[in-house]
Amino acid sequence: MSTTSATHHDDHAHDSHGHPTGIMRWVKSTNHKDIGTMYLWFSFTMFLFAGAMAMGIRAELFQPGLQFIQPQTFNQLTTLHGLIMIFGAIMPAFVGFANWQVPLMIGAPDMAFPRLNNMSFWLLIPAAILLIASIFVPGGAVAGGWTMYPPLSIQAGMSMDMSIFALHILGVSSIVGSINIITTIFNMRAPGMTLMKMPMFVWTWLITAYLLIAAMPVLAGALTMLITDRHFGTHFFNAAGGGDPVLFQHVFWFFGHPEVYIMILPAFGILSTIIPTFARKPLFGYASMVYATAAIAVLSFVVWAHHMFTTGMPVAGQLFFMYSTMLISVPTGVKVFNWVATMWQGSMTFETPMLFSVAVVFLFTIGGFSGLVLAILPVDIQLQDTYYVVAHFHYVLFSGAAMAIMGGVYYWLPKWTGHMYDEKLGKWHFWLTTIAFNVTFFPMHFTGLAGMPRRIPDYSQQFAEFNMISSLGAFALGLSQLLFLYVVIKCIRGGAKATNQVWEGAEGLEWTVASPAPFHTFETPPQVK
Amino acid sequence: MNKKASFFPSKLLSALLGTVLSMVMGSAQAAYELNLKAPVTEIAGQIYNLHMLIVYVCLVIFVVVFSVMFYSIYKHRKSVGHKAVQFHEHHMLEVVWTIIPALILIAMAVPATKTIFAMKDTTAADMTVKVTGYQWKWEYDYLDKDVRFISTLTTPQDQIDNKAEKGENYLLEVDNPMVVPAGKKVRVVLTAQDVIHAWWVPEFGVKQDAIPGFIKEVWFKVDKEGTYRGQCAELCGKAHGFMPIVVEAVSEDKYNEWIASKQEAAKTADAGSDKEWTKEDLMVAGKTVYEKNCAVCHQASGAGLPPAFPALTGSKVATGAIEGHLDIILKGKNVMPKWTMLSDVDIAAVTTYERNALGNAVGDVLQPAAVKAARAKL
Amino acid sequence: MSQNTKNYYLPGPSFWPLIASISLFLLAGGFTMVLNKIAMGTPLMIAGGVSLAYLLFGWFSEVIAESVSKFYNKQVDLSFRWGMGWFIFSEVMFFFGFFGALFYTRNVSVPWLADAKLLWPNFVAGWPTSGPGITEAFTAMGPWGLPAINTLILLTSGATLTWAHWGLMKNKRTQLKIGLALTILLGAIFLYLQMHEYAEAGFTIKTGIYGATFYMLTGFHGLHVTMGAIMLSIILFRVMKGHFDSHDHFGFEAVAWYWHFVDVVWLFLFIFVYWL
Repeated sequence: MSTTSATHHDDHAHDSHGHPTGIMRWVKSTNHKDIGTMYLWFSFTMFLFAGAMAMGIRAELFQPGLQFIQPQTFNQLTTLHGLIMIFGAIMPAFVGFANWQVPLMIGAPDMAFPRLNNMSFWLLIPAAILLIASIFVPGGAVAGGWTMYPPLSIQAGMSMDMSIFALHILGVSSIVGSINIITTIFNMRAPGMTLMKMPMFVWTWLITAYLLIAAMPVLAGALTMLITDRHFGTHFFNAAGGGDPVLFQHVFWFFGHPEVYIMILPAFGILSTIIPTFARKPLFGYASMVYATAAIAVLSFVVWAHHMFTTGMPVAGQLFFMYSTMLISVPTGVKVFNWVATMWQGSMTFETPMLFSVAVVFLFTIGGFSGLVLAILPVDIQLQDTYYVVAHFHYVLFSGAAMAIMGGVYYWLPKWTGHMYDEKLGKWHFWLTTIAFNVTFFPMHFTGLAGMPRRIPDYSQQFAEFNMISSLGAFALGLSQLLFLYVVIKCIRGGAKATNQVWEGAEGLEWTVASPAPFHTFETPPQVK
Repeated sequence: MNKKASFFPSKLLSALLGTVLSMVMGSAQAAYELNLKAPVTEIAGQIYNLHMLIVYVCLVIFVVVFSVMFYSIYKHRKSVGHKAVQFHEHHMLEVVWTIIPALILIAMAVPATKTIFAMKDTTAADMTVKVTGYQWKWEYDYLDKDVRFISTLTTPQDQIDNKAEKGENYLLEVDNPMVVPAGKKVRVVLTAQDVIHAWWVPEFGVKQDAIPGFIKEVWFKVDKEGTYRGQCAELCGKAHGFMPIVVEAVSEDKYNEWIASKQEAAKTADAGSDKEWTKEDLMVAGKTVYEKNCAVCHQASGAGLPPAFPALTGSKVATGAIEGHLDIILKGKNVMPKWTMLSDVDIAAVTTYERNALGNAVGDVLQPAAVKAARAKL
Repeated sequence: MSQNTKNYYLPGPSFWPLIASISLFLLAGGFTMVLNKIAMGTPLMIAGGVSLAYLLFGWFSEVIAESVSKFYNKQVDLSFRWGMGWFIFSEVMFFFGFFGALFYTRNVSVPWLADAKLLWPNFVAGWPTSGPGITEAFTAMGPWGLPAINTLILLTSGATLTWAHWGLMKNKRTQLKIGLALTILLGAIFLYLQMHEYAEAGFTIKTGIYGATFYMLTGFHGLHVTMGAIMLSIILFRVMKGHFDSHDHFGFEAVAWYWHFVDVVWLFLFIFVYWL
């Protein structure tokens, strides 16, 4: 089949006629909307899968003592929960949004490299299979934490190799996907769409893609050193040969900290899209938002060792990383102020996407402040590797990234499906999620302050009450997401017909096309004034 | 959907709040610790105050920013007829809210920097203890005092498995606590044998990773006598949650007494390795050593957890040549560490036990003297 | 370049992405098994390799066919340029990670090890070193033998490639062919000398941190030279078939960019791995 598409091609061949249907429509797809849909479903599947693991973790932690799972299995659950949520749920969800929205927002007919785009998606599948299959190999899944610190990860069995290769493949997928997105944004904008006229979501993804291309290869390097230390006798992380286990942490977090912003910048983009729509007012301080995003991206490469304050760096290193980390809260603060100023004097309504966005601004800021607390090195010494950190990163990753994703799904679902979702059920989902989330994670600040280490399957009795509350919250949070699934399926299958505009206050090219968005859009580029 | 969208479904909210409240009330007698543990060193005190300072500053900013937001949410709604005012820039405002946070940050950084310098100053210590992390126990070596011992968890497995009532210090109790004199500056030099561990006592404000092959230094000076409990704070494998740290800060006299008694015990043990032991005595001692050190991987029954942790029952090592058996204990293999930190008597006892219990019945006995000889050849 | 294609070219449905996914799955799964001594591993890896080769051949053939059929307008050409540029940036970051590891161990962690007298009483910091636990003597690789010659070879190959490019721009096809062939030849000589150097080396990848960083950096560089040489050979083959003209030859330029990138990496290697 190698040359069929080339030989059959003419300028108007790429309409929906003659396109494969059924499974082949998806397998062979070169359409950004279909690929975006696949990314989003993949992400949601992984979200439920890793969420189920979290239920297992919280069931074990419901009471002191070992009830359901043994310590080694517990470590496997926390490790896989982290890896799958980060690489399987949050990142692919944002790529799904990028696929659907970036071409629609900049008036491009598709992504710059449609076939590579599909490859980026299909590479997720073998990676997911490797990660999940590793549960069933002798010795069980990886249990050394998602950060895979050696020498613990050098002790691990073949599941570690499977996970390393899974991450290599995900890295290829991310890099190819990011090159595609950057190229699309730089080269495929409709005439008149200057960089400083681009929707904020496109800007955040441009910068995210840059972070991905810069960070993922470094992770690949770290993982390669891990493989050679495991199997080929190198001594990168072994002091006897002149290496250093902490070297891995440096290389890993040089990737890992930009990774944190990779998972939050597109969320910022979604908020900056939704809030102006429902405030019926343009985004406040667009230019400063762009600069703040760029500043965060630059700073994110010089803060990595704040994950390693307890490794015993020299004073100079500790001070540098403390100051740079504190500094990053300035541009982040600017963003929060801008969102509040966007709401100020607006004419607000609170449909589900707006509810999620307001909650994200509020809850993410809590996570931001706990991040500032952790940035203060002496305080971090007390809180490093405790439940305080667990609370912190769930406030930025769940009530930051994941809830922004949910808000984004409600916001664009009518454009994607052509139907309005069930507003009442959407609100139920929002309130259940928000309340259950806080019941789960707010008490973790207290257990962390009181001294409960993270990644332990059993704890002393002083922490029992808060852990029970957290577990109850977690079960409610998990169940609430089934409602989300139901709302989405219901919306796909039917519902009130969505107009092209969908939201009264929405602005941008994506609202000028029909709902659902036709298979091909902007084949002739629109003119942007 | 642009007609009146209600802010929240009130029925749902009240139902959920009710559930949460009743749950919290149900166990109202419990201690809900909300803050860092009460500090007992100067550094931990500084950390405590730093934390409070930051929390209060953050709280003020939080309340100000979100008062504005919620006021806006309340007043600037379409449902109350508010019309959007179309502005989208205000340079002065943007400069102000960039500069003010930066100034606040500088104000926070100053005390934090002072504390960092204080934490890092390990000079002029009164004594030094080398602490080594093992999977999953701590070794304390009082340098220049010839006092060296292993500290392991003593919480019985039955409590962990919910077969027995949990004790007061569940998971935070050890056989041999670290003992230090109150009021003296103790320098701790940390390392690890196998993987990275972290030595953490919350009341001291000390947490430091123990990194295999490297030495990292921290210090503390305890103001108040008492027993302080901490845990390993870096994921180190299966029993990461089961390797607590217990430090007893005592008066200087009591400390000197304790050191003397430890030195005495070491001498007795040393003498023990030269005498001939009976099989019965070795078996009794070996059972204790085995359950404290070996059962975590090889299991109390000897069945192991294959493939990571092989069974001892019927194993080639435990039923083969006794020299080979001893060799693995002294040198380690794969995940298994070398057990040279155990005394000659302990190693002899546990080897004998492994060969004549756990379903094995080889019948031979290993004498401590043989261990001593083998150790000398390492 | 003909501009009859007004619109941006969008390819139709394609099987290649799925084949890419299957190939990498077979390679990753197979390699895992090989590393863990499971017999199935080798056949799986071979299957993955064959599948990957088929994929690369087929997919690139398709793209080349589209290119020579003039489906690509200026905008598509620009997309390829952006794409290749960012791809090379990702490669730069990959090497950056290893150079970072080299810098960190040499300047930070090895001195720390020497300070840890409690653990390593006899270890003295310095470079090259195999660490405190590996006591066998080894001889390090000096810069002024083969490595210096290799530097000259690679720099020359950059020049011959540029000369070939000039030939292409001026429609001097013979100059183009000779330049390309010379470049490939120099790349092959470089690789041969590099293998010779490995064979003669007085240490292995297991020789502590020095051996690990040396072989990791030079090994990955060698791999990139190999890939670059293969890509140049394909370009030469296409030139023979009459592809490319003085305006329209991004395939050539992309490979040239890549080759120059590999050159620059070598210069850093020469300075930081062999010389300093």
